[in-house]
Amino acid sequence: MSESNHPVDLKSSIRTCIMVFAVVFIATASMIAVSFSHVGGWPLKVALILAIAVVNAFFVAGYLMHLLSEKKLVYTVLAFTVFFFIGLMGLTVWATNDFPTGTLNH
Amino acid sequence: MDIPYTVQVRPDTGLYNAKVGIWLFLASEMMLFGGLFSAYILLRVGTPPGEWPHGWLDVRFGAFNTMLLALSAITTLLAWVACKVGDFRKFKFFHACTLILALSFLCVKMYEYHDKWIHYEIELKDGRIADGHLVSRTSDEVVIEGRYVTDKKDLYDLRAQKNLPHDEIRIAPSDIVKMQNYGPWHNTFTAIYFTLTGLHALHILGGCCVIGYLWGPGSKMWKTDHERFTNRVEVSGLFWHFVDLVWIFLFPVLYLT
Repeated sequence: MSESNHPVDLKSSIRTCIMVFAVVFIATASMIAVSFSHVGGWPLKVALILAIAVVNAFFVAGYLMHLLSEKKLVYTVLAFTVFFFIGLMGLTVWATNDFPTGTLNH
Repeated sequence: MDIPYTVQVRPDTGLYNAKVGIWLFLASEMMLFGGLFSAYILLRVGTPPGEWPHGWLDVRFGAFNTMLLALSAITTLLAWVACKVGDFRKFKFFHACTLILALSFLCVKMYEYHDKWIHYEIELKDGRIADGHLVSRTSDEVVIEGRYVTDKKDLYDLRAQKNLPHDEIRIAPSDIVKMQNYGPWHNTFTAIYFTLTGLHALHILGGCCVIGYLWGPGSKMWKTDHERFTNRVEVSGLFWHFVDLVWIFLFPVLYLT
């Protein structure tokens, strides 16, 4: 869904959609397989599942939202968002072992 | 007064205004869901070992809903492409498919919510816990289909337990100390589950309203201002893809990890 100057064609769009759906299907099946497998510990499983989800999201955002060929302003907005999003998650992870003294845990 | 740059591209941004607007909106949405995901992380790592539920949600429903949303994202894109190539009938068809798929997603979600709503954990005077789905409830007895456990920890990891009994259990109200369903108030898992998926479902509902409007009364604009209508379809499509993206992370986080 970009403002690119490339002509839009229904047939090639359908081909792209089939490819994206195949990726989503395979990614979903892989996540389920990893989740139910007995290989590795729980942290490794979570990391693998989230890595597959990121790949899945890349295809949806890249091809269906046409983020692979967007204008500079959109990338700028997203860069700021990603920066603050990473900050939010980073602070959360950083705070996970930061229990106030005198609480039930410490 | 005409709103500028609804159709033509604004020279300094390289985009029409609605598109800048939707991307700014999606950026704020990302932070909204980001805050809730960070709350999930805090709740999860703050839970004592072995007390975070596993297997409480049916992976089959989650996976099915993932496919429904992926298909709806695809039909949204194809509806926009149909607008671009000037094929109104195909636009109508693809957008109708999006609506049907979105409503199907909500139906599955409602079924899952209902399953949690009728699922009860009943603490008894003798120390045991009866856990199962409510069959009937009268002033004389409560009937559930489920099992007894003596330790509450046995209720957390359902994946590790195979062939759980589903017996009919009849309980006199006088034997009950506490009876609570698996609603958002049950524990931190159900609280964050209902918050995250409920907010996501509200987004689906909002998207359905917009898509339904563009499919129905809003489609009159096709004849009067085709370019602007196509841009509206594009903007609504970007929102819809974002909703799909959120689910791509919600599914593994809640159902699989």
